[in-house]
Amino acid sequence: MPTVAPLDLTGHCVTACWLDDVPHFALADGSVHRLDNGHKHVQAHDGLLAAVATEDNKALITGGEDGKVLSIAANGAITTVAEAGRKWVQAVAPGPQGTVAWAVGKSAFVKLPDGKVREFQHARTAEAIAFAPKGMRIAVARYNGATLHFPAAQGKPTELEWAGAHKMVTFSPDGQFLVTAMQENALHGWKLVDGKHMRMTGYPSKVKSLSWAPKGRWLASSGAPAAIVWPFQAKDGPMGKAPLELGTRGDSSATAVCFHPADEIVAIGYADGMVLAARCADQREVLLRRGGKGPVTSMAWDKAGRRLAFGSEAGDCGVVDISG
Amino acid sequence: MAQAQAQIPVTVLTGYLGAGKTTLLNRILSESHGRRYAVIVNEFGEIGIDNDLIVESDEEIYEMNNGCVCCTVRGDLIRTVEGLMRRPGRFDAILVETTGLADPAPVAQTFFMDDDVRSKTKLDAVVALVDAKHLPLRLKDSKEAEDQIAFADVIVLNKTDLVSPEDLAKVEATVRAINPAAKIHRTERSGVDLKEVLDRGAFDLSRALENDPHFLDGDDDHHHDHDGHDHGHHHHGPSDIHDVTVKSISLRGGEMDPKKFFPWIEKTTQMDGPNILRLKGVIALRNDPERYVVQAVHMILEGDHQRPWKDGEKRETRLVLIGRDLDEERLRRTFEACQAA
Repeated sequence: MPTVAPLDLTGHCVTACWLDDVPHFALADGSVHRLDNGHKHVQAHDGLLAAVATEDNKALITGGEDGKVLSIAANGAITTVAEAGRKWVQAVAPGPQGTVAWAVGKSAFVKLPDGKVREFQHARTAEAIAFAPKGMRIAVARYNGATLHFPAAQGKPTELEWAGAHKMVTFSPDGQFLVTAMQENALHGWKLVDGKHMRMTGYPSKVKSLSWAPKGRWLASSGAPAAIVWPFQAKDGPMGKAPLELGTRGDSSATAVCFHPADEIVAIGYADGMVLAARCADQREVLLRRGGKGPVTSMAWDKAGRRLAFGSEAGDCGVVDISG
Repeated sequence: MAQAQAQIPVTVLTGYLGAGKTTLLNRILSESHGRRYAVIVNEFGEIGIDNDLIVESDEEIYEMNNGCVCCTVRGDLIRTVEGLMRRPGRFDAILVETTGLADPAPVAQTFFMDDDVRSKTKLDAVVALVDAKHLPLRLKDSKEAEDQIAFADVIVLNKTDLVSPEDLAKVEATVRAINPAAKIHRTERSGVDLKEVLDRGAFDLSRALENDPHFLDGDDDHHHDHDGHDHGHHHHGPSDIHDVTVKSISLRGGEMDPKKFFPWIEKTTQMDGPNILRLKGVIALRNDPERYVVQAVHMILEGDHQRPWKDGEKRETRLVLIGRDLDEERLRRTFEACQAA
């Protein structure tokens, strides 16, 4: 039986993650909590807007209402990456070799491993940033599409156009596809080699959480009464195929999704705080958490895939251990 | 399901550069009225108060990808409100200050069209500041000045000390011609009683139109004097003033047949939605003991039962449409055809 170790905090949890195998919870009030032989925390920002763990799980990159971009280590040590003044840092993305990208207004900034900072301006707000899995390349989600830049090289950006506001962005793990979540309850994708469009629609609400399966064979998404899981095994991605609907509920909707690091099992968090795990192969479900005080906002598996950290809008966070 | 938090009221402040928005904003931030405001401004500019709840945000219009030209929202507001609402408890209400040239429609529509924003906040009122001295000039050179007046629930006619009583009367008549449904307050140095600006519930169907003497009076000969200023004469319909392209249509009828009225108002807001800036109405439905109220912003229509008709209250239907290029004859004819036989 899965067991839940709760951590009751006050405030909206923006990101739950693991740093050096220690569960961390970054709250909107700017505090970052961890369960490391007891509950510890640091006050990082006056208002935290975005937080993403680095690929090697050594640090959490955060952006705040205070205009700061910070890097927070597993022991709570805070390093300032950049200060943008009074403007909000609305998005952050950690890249390879200590590279950090962040967005302020219409600009995306990239701090390269040598400490040099480059700015990429756009005609509209840079809503989200993602690094490509290989090479030094970023995608910036914006109104009417996404823009691709090579921050370490000179050259013209690649513009991917699709009408509407794009608010999240992610590369598939093999780097072949770029997928955005839109203002109008839909995902949009581009096959990067030929720019072919992929429309993924039918959501009753906005998609706020996306997660790739190991090896990128599936893309799970929130925004419906179930986790909507699109097949990406074929060379044209999910086109012409129906998605899986995992963990369908009659009385709640999925607000966060997170694929297991090794198996094609997705953890699904719901608006009522419930957490399930569901397997793509046979759609079987396991209850991980009965419910809580608020919608689940963020989840992360540890490296071994045995423990799942979760956070909620109401601050009732915790760790589920599935090994019993 | 967890207990939903109370919706935070949002006041939108529009008005041309120099109309007195910053003065009013500074008053709202500094006077004691028992409420804490988070303020979203386009530029920190001249706000004299240091407050970490003042957020700068670049106005950014998002067209919704649904083929509807008037379905626009403010992307920056969605982002900023979402961020603010993740830390509730620090403020009781939100104030949005727009730039002088802003179109108020996308601002208002944001609070109806975005589910997340809508679930956590509610639009309280659109307040327009109007410079009494410069309004005639503004109306000549911009459509926005007229839109801001047409869209407002409350109009603060400011800088009245800079014009003669005759000119002031003319300016007020112009404002009234553009928007017969709004409350007008004459002020100097933005000195309006904050009670008249904040917590108006102008979009709240249970309150809307209830505290709206002009609307309820319509073309009646008697007039109330709730707000201390007496606006005796109303220019409804097309204005005789140059440079005004917005007109208002007041429709009035008896009891409506719900089977005819609802399809009519839905069709009207669908068809004429792009041209309708605002619509407000109290509907008397046949065999219905309760007043039905409606309000619309372009194509976004809301309606609900409000309260029982009072004893002796005249059961009549009144509707005001404010917009451009509206076919008054057709609207009047089709409206009247919805009356119960």
